Amino acid sequence: MTKIIEVNNVSKSYGGVKANTDISIEVQQGGITGLIGPNGSGKTTLFNSIVGYHPIDSGSIRFEGKEISKMQVQDIARLGLLRTFQQTRIYGDMNCVENMLISMPHRKMTIREAFTTNTRADHDRAEHLLDFVGLYEKRFLRSGSLSFGQQKLLEFAMALMNEPTVLLLDEPTAGINPTLINGLIDRLKRANSEFGITLFIIEHNMRVIMNMADSIYCLAHGELLASGTPSEIQGDQRVVDAYLGAH
Amino acid sequence: MTILRPIFYLALLAFIVAAPFIAPEFRTQLATLWIFIILSMTWDMTGGQMGYNSLGNILFYGAGMYIAAVVGIAIVYNVGEYTNAAGGGIYKFTDTQYFLGMALGLVAAGVLCAGIAWILGYLLFGLRGPYFAIGTLGAAIAAGELVSNWEWVGGGQGIALPVYPGDDYENAKLFFYYLFAIVGVILFIFLRWFYSTRFAAAINAIRDDEEKAEAMGLHTLRYKLITWSIAAFFVGIAGGISGYQLIHFEPLETAFQTINLGIFMVVCVLLGGKGTLWGPIIGAILFHVVKEVTWNYLLGWQWVALGALIVITVVYFQDGLMGWLARVKPEWFGERVMEKPDMVAEPAE
Amino acid sequence: MDQIIGNIGLLFEFPVVNLKILLDGIMIGALFALAAYGLALVWGVMNVKNLAQGDFVIAGGYVAWTLDQNGIHPFLGIPVAFIVMWIIGWITYKLVIKRVIERDLFTSLLATFGLAIMFAQILNLMFGSDTQSIQLDMPTLYFADGFIDVPMSKLVGVVTALCLAFGVILFMKRSRMGQAIRATAQDARAARVLGIDTDKVYAFTFSLNSAICGAAGAIIVMAWVIQPFYGITYSIRAFVIVTAAGLGNLPGVIAAGLGIGALEQYGSHIFGIGYQQAIAVLLLLLVLFIRLLQQRRKRQVLQ
Ligand SMILES: Nc1ncnc2c1ncn2[C@@H]1O[C@H](COP(=O)(O)OP(=O)(O)OP(=O)(O)O)[C@@H](O)[C@H]1O
Ligand SMILES: [Mg+2]
Repeated sequence: MTKIIEVNNVSKSYGGVKANTDISIEVQQGGITGLIGPNGSGKTTLFNSIVGYHPIDSGSIRFEGKEISKMQVQDIARLGLLRTFQQTRIYGDMNCVENMLISMPHRKMTIREAFTTNTRADHDRAEHLLDFVGLYEKRFLRSGSLSFGQQKLLEFAMALMNEPTVLLLDEPTAGINPTLINGLIDRLKRANSEFGITLFIIEHNMRVIMNMADSIYCLAHGELLASGTPSEIQGDQRVVDAYLGAH
Repeated sequence: MTILRPIFYLALLAFIVAAPFIAPEFRTQLATLWIFIILSMTWDMTGGQMGYNSLGNILFYGAGMYIAAVVGIAIVYNVGEYTNAAGGGIYKFTDTQYFLGMALGLVAAGVLCAGIAWILGYLLFGLRGPYFAIGTLGAAIAAGELVSNWEWVGGGQGIALPVYPGDDYENAKLFFYYLFAIVGVILFIFLRWFYSTRFAAAINAIRDDEEKAEAMGLHTLRYKLITWSIAAFFVGIAGGISGYQLIHFEPLETAFQTINLGIFMVVCVLLGGKGTLWGPIIGAILFHVVKEVTWNYLLGWQWVALGALIVITVVYFQDGLMGWLARVKPEWFGERVMEKPDMVAEPAE
Repeated sequence: MDQIIGNIGLLFEFPVVNLKILLDGIMIGALFALAAYGLALVWGVMNVKNLAQGDFVIAGGYVAWTLDQNGIHPFLGIPVAFIVMWIIGWITYKLVIKRVIERDLFTSLLATFGLAIMFAQILNLMFGSDTQSIQLDMPTLYFADGFIDVPMSKLVGVVTALCLAFGVILFMKRSRMGQAIRATAQDARAARVLGIDTDKVYAFTFSLNSAICGAAGAIIVMAWVIQPFYGITYSIRAFVIVTAAGLGNLPGVIAAGLGIGALEQYGSHIFGIGYQQAIAVLLLLLVLFIRLLQQRRKRQVLQ
């Protein structure tokens, strides 16, 4: 397996708050990598640094060997590196199908293709993916009227519609009904195995992440605390302490 | 419905063709109405559909006017000398020269205005919300001021173009009415198609949440530039035609009329309903009719009343006619009915 | 072109000319800064970007001019313009601004643009489109062998503007209302929870802004000229200054105001007086562009 994302010694602070200090992380192509850590440990900040939401103070970030730490958000997204938001972001005034169709991978389109109408196949694919995440019944509802959990699922489906190479998911199971979580784990795994999308997932639910990831990184107070396979992480006393003594 | 639609459009087209004969005394006003329609429809491309509210689209109108005029003159005479004489009468144009010059001028106006929009867009599309509005307003004002200092194109005096060939002034009125109408109809047909494309869905995404659209990898800047350039293309042509119709025009009050036409087009769109195909058209008709009817009764207070109309529209009636209709009669707007939960259970098609 | 080169040459040949231009620029710049301070206040407290700013200035100028025409000393025109424009600002707030505060920014921008058109047209109907000014019976001071002339009226104007600004700043720092305004600017919701009547604060802020503009206009008409349609350029200048300085940055507003004044004077010296309006507006584009590049380095946009 090759490294698709390499984060090297990245630091980022907001004013006085050191949100990330000297973080180094690798995401393997084709795998599922987990990122855990107590609240405020800097996970979302790291995601934002990777996808270009803010400048980093120091360090380097590479995607498929290419330095991306100075690039703009849309240029990075166009490389096929996509993220979902912790506070979901969808086009609230449009219905689910429209949301899906807008998420077509424009980076793979020529201008000529952009100036065509969506085909039957595009609609089918949109509905298929909505079905995949369990929103088929709601497909013509205004997406802003969906519940938070449903919006999360829609955002996930939109990301899949975009055919990314790597997908960064910020707490995909937050707000999802516990009885649906097993189904979601299954879908995430299928997105990884069937669609071949590399996943990098922030997750608070230990059961979920231990179940899915091949390797896990743990942050605490903005620093990298531990990394390894799920079983290694589970047995790591520092991780247990960080979670129990997180105050 | 499927049969009604072509019939409706044919009837509309027939009406457009017949209008100057139904009301021959209003030919000039009807031509002006087309200017309003064209400017409103193009304003809505960025304002309503893309969420970029420009206060400076009038720049393309003024630029188009000047470009078309300069090209039309330049194929026969030296522009600097011509403008210096301030239409002193020694400059004659044959019919061929007149029409050829106008045709070339209009093409140049459209193309160059699209180019101007592309270049300006690079600077201005990094600005969001109110900054974009103010930036475009600034660009339009600056353009007017610079042109009024540019002696080669007549400075503050403006340019006097040759009059329409022939002695019958009615012919000129008809000619310009139909010229505007052709541009307007083409624009309408274009937009009907344009708004159905993936491209239009992408600019709607930019309007609804540009940050999300960027995060999804849309070519946001490129799409914005293309949209504004297309709008500028049509506005430039409309401006070019206006120049020939007016015969004489000057920079600040006619060409780059920032606070008149420049803001009217925004009000038209708001009146009719932003982000819809028909809203800008209906708004333009409404605005123009109200303006023409009340104009003479307002005894000098017209412009104050227009300012008040802007304020009232913005404050109390911003959804416009179409927005209001969509609220009271949602079933008229086809797909909205699908939003009702009880319809969702139906299988797709 | 030759003209432009000649004008630039003049600056090097006679360095005192620079001094004169700078002085002129700084004096008018102080008044730009005053109007910009009002804009920053309204912008920061109620997030309304007021495009009628310049028209308040011009309206205040006409108040003082009218008084002068009726034989009342123009110095009295300053407080009267302050009060009259306070009232007009208050009415404007109640009728229009109040209803657009909570709406999106384009709404308030367009509404105030509509107001700007109304104000300009009303002034035009009332006073005609000629430029007007008040002739003060004051000497002109000469320096550097007469190369530099400073009319006392301008000097008095600038000093009055400084006093006014100082008064307003003191008011904002010390008075209860000033504190309420600053609290509302920080977090309107929290201010409401703490029992501050934010509607009152907004009304007060907008009226105060309008009054400051009115006084600035009354000063301007004594030493410079006004015309019903000059308002928009003053609005744009205020925007340039606030955009360049940023909100809540008082020294920045002053520096930017003086800087804009000086740049405009230099511009119209080099390119000719006809370009003055164009330069004011082009400075806006320049400032926006610089801010844009700054933001881009932060991977952000200007919004
Ligand atoms: N825009 C910001 N400005 C200032 N400080 C910020 C900003 N964003 C995050 N922080 C701070 O940086 C630190 C890390 O925040 P971050 O959002 O990365 O945490 P997180 O690990 O994602 O937490 P959670 O699990 O609660 O989502 C926190 O202390 C937070 O207060
Ligand atoms: Mg987080």
